[in-house]
Amino acid sequence: MAVVFSKPKSLTDREFHYCPGCPHGIIHRLVAQAIDNLGIEGRTIGIAPVGCAVMAYDYFACDMVEAAHGRAPAVATGIKRALPDRIVFTYQGDGDLASIGMAETVHSAARGENITIIFVNNAIYGMTGGQMAPTSLPGQVTQTSPYGRDVATQGYPIRICELLSSLDGPHFIARVAVNNVKNVNQAAKTIEKAFRNQVEGKGFSLVEVVSACPTNWGMTPSKALAWVSERMIPYYPLGVFKDADEKEDRA
Amino acid sequence: MSEKVLMKGNEAIAEAAIRSGCRFYFGYPITPQTELAAYMARRMPKIGGVFLQAESEIAAINMVYGVAGTGKRVMTSSSSPGVSLKQEGISYLAGADLPAVIVNVQRGGPGLGGIQPSQSDYFQATKGGGHGDYHLIVLTPDSVQEMADLTGLAFDLADRYRVPAMILADGTMGQMMEPVVLPPERDAAVADKPWAVTGTENKRPHNIINSLYLAPDVLEKTNDERYARYAEIQAKEARWESWMMDDAEYGIVAFGIAARVAKNAVTHLRQNGIKAGLIRPITVWPFPTSAVTGACARVRAMVSVELSMGQMIEDVRLAAEGRCPVTLCSRSGGMIPEPQQIIACVERLAKGGK
Ligand SMILES: Cc1ncc(C[n+]2csc(CCOP(=O)(O)OP(=O)(O)O)c2C)c(N)n1
Ligand code: SF4
Repeated sequence: MAVVFSKPKSLTDREFHYCPGCPHGIIHRLVAQAIDNLGIEGRTIGIAPVGCAVMAYDYFACDMVEAAHGRAPAVATGIKRALPDRIVFTYQGDGDLASIGMAETVHSAARGENITIIFVNNAIYGMTGGQMAPTSLPGQVTQTSPYGRDVATQGYPIRICELLSSLDGPHFIARVAVNNVKNVNQAAKTIEKAFRNQVEGKGFSLVEVVSACPTNWGMTPSKALAWVSERMIPYYPLGVFKDADEKEDRA
Repeated sequence: MSEKVLMKGNEAIAEAAIRSGCRFYFGYPITPQTELAAYMARRMPKIGGVFLQAESEIAAINMVYGVAGTGKRVMTSSSSPGVSLKQEGISYLAGADLPAVIVNVQRGGPGLGGIQPSQSDYFQATKGGGHGDYHLIVLTPDSVQEMADLTGLAFDLADRYRVPAMILADGTMGQMMEPVVLPPERDAAVADKPWAVTGTENKRPHNIINSLYLAPDVLEKTNDERYARYAEIQAKEARWESWMMDDAEYGIVAFGIAARVAKNAVTHLRQNGIKAGLIRPITVWPFPTSAVTGACARVRAMVSVELSMGQMIEDVRLAAEGRCPVTLCSRSGGMIPEPQQIIACVERLAKGGK
């Protein structure tokens, strides 16, 4: 019998604790597949965030480190500087990366650290039960914006790819989504590229994955996917925001 | 024997760290530890090491956490306000059982405080500082020579017990220049650290550096295991110097710059016919409790001399176990007690005062 679908080697046998319909599982799989495809599992070190993906250290089969909330890029910097021939990646949510860890994010990008960041933007704080995130949309109802995010008092969402691509440091900045098969396939390619860049010593690569949180959005998984295409992607357009390779090609 | 060189305390720490095999340094500028970072910035690139000026003390300590996870020797340094920012990372280092060395060249506080020498981070250094149940091994140099010697020891103890270690110095120690015999160059090779994250090479199950245990009984077990190590450290690693204590009727407890002033005071007191002596903690965690308890059975009174509003005095009182009165003689805010203040304090006690 032919095996048509199997688990990537870079995932352990641990059962995910994610809610039904949560894209974290898909994104884990895409990351693991990229690691498998590049054959780097034995020399990869991953850093888990504080957020729903905190237990990613149990799911990825490579060596793993659990970082303090938002500090993963600093931890990754330390590891990469200590072991430059290892492949170092972080996996972070929007609260982790774009709020409490903003300084670590911007400065690791500005330094052009040769690391890979997988940034999961679900526009909410999932783990703590659905508070407003730096990426929550204007008008979005959350536990801490119960009347909808009021930009006059709660400010505007932060578009991380646009922000970081204004820096000279990063090599590759892209935004993908996992709300349909086409986008998942594109996400797989983009995530693999972000890892390959590091293998080739090219420098800082960040992939923002527009995700969903059916549980805290208060939606069924299918409604949540519809909300991604109708509300999230218009605010967070998909695409490559910076790719130093292409700049070189053009030059 | 190696020859003596004239160095600032801050530089002696940096050079001793390098000679102890430390090739990774992360910091953020702050007075009065500036020379330490500057020295690392000059030296590290020349020897294949890493000096990185981080975006904040928070980032610096988390870079330390990353390197420590790989099993390599790593240092950060700062001064009081910066060390406050490092507390989150220090708690994570403790919780993940990672060895690392943190230097605090203390200045007066609270808040932005001042830039003059102080010992007012004693509570923070010895009682935990960050959240949760933990301790650091805390070493307190009183000379440029000890700035160098205790740095090497800090790395060794941190590795041996998988406990982060702190050099608790002060602005005077950091800035003063003295002759020092530097320790010999040691191999930077990692001691056996099978727990380190270095890549599995597909040859072993993955290692995880972590401090999260959602099951309370499991978390309690990790605390119990760590406190068993702390008990061993308390039994084996307390260090102190007893000076003129054999026949002393009045004992002074002081560390760092305060101990140097206190020695001067003891000499004068003895010239004036008052038998004083000094216990100088070299580790303040573990605190040299047995030395103080023993002395308290013999002296009339103990005096805690500090550059703070009175922090170490709590440990002196605990160690005294009520056997003798314990008095505070201190200055704060960046002021250093003069020998005359200490002399007056002991003379008052000798006359039956408090
Ligand atoms: C210093 C600190 N502050 C707050 C928390 C509580 N906390 C845990 S997860 C989290 C938010 C995570 O949200 P996000 O990064 O968006 O990830 P998600 O859970 O949505 O995947 C917060 C605030 C913490 N653990 N540490
Ligand atoms: S709370 Fe949201 S982000 Fe977290 S696992 Fe559930 S659905 Fe996913």
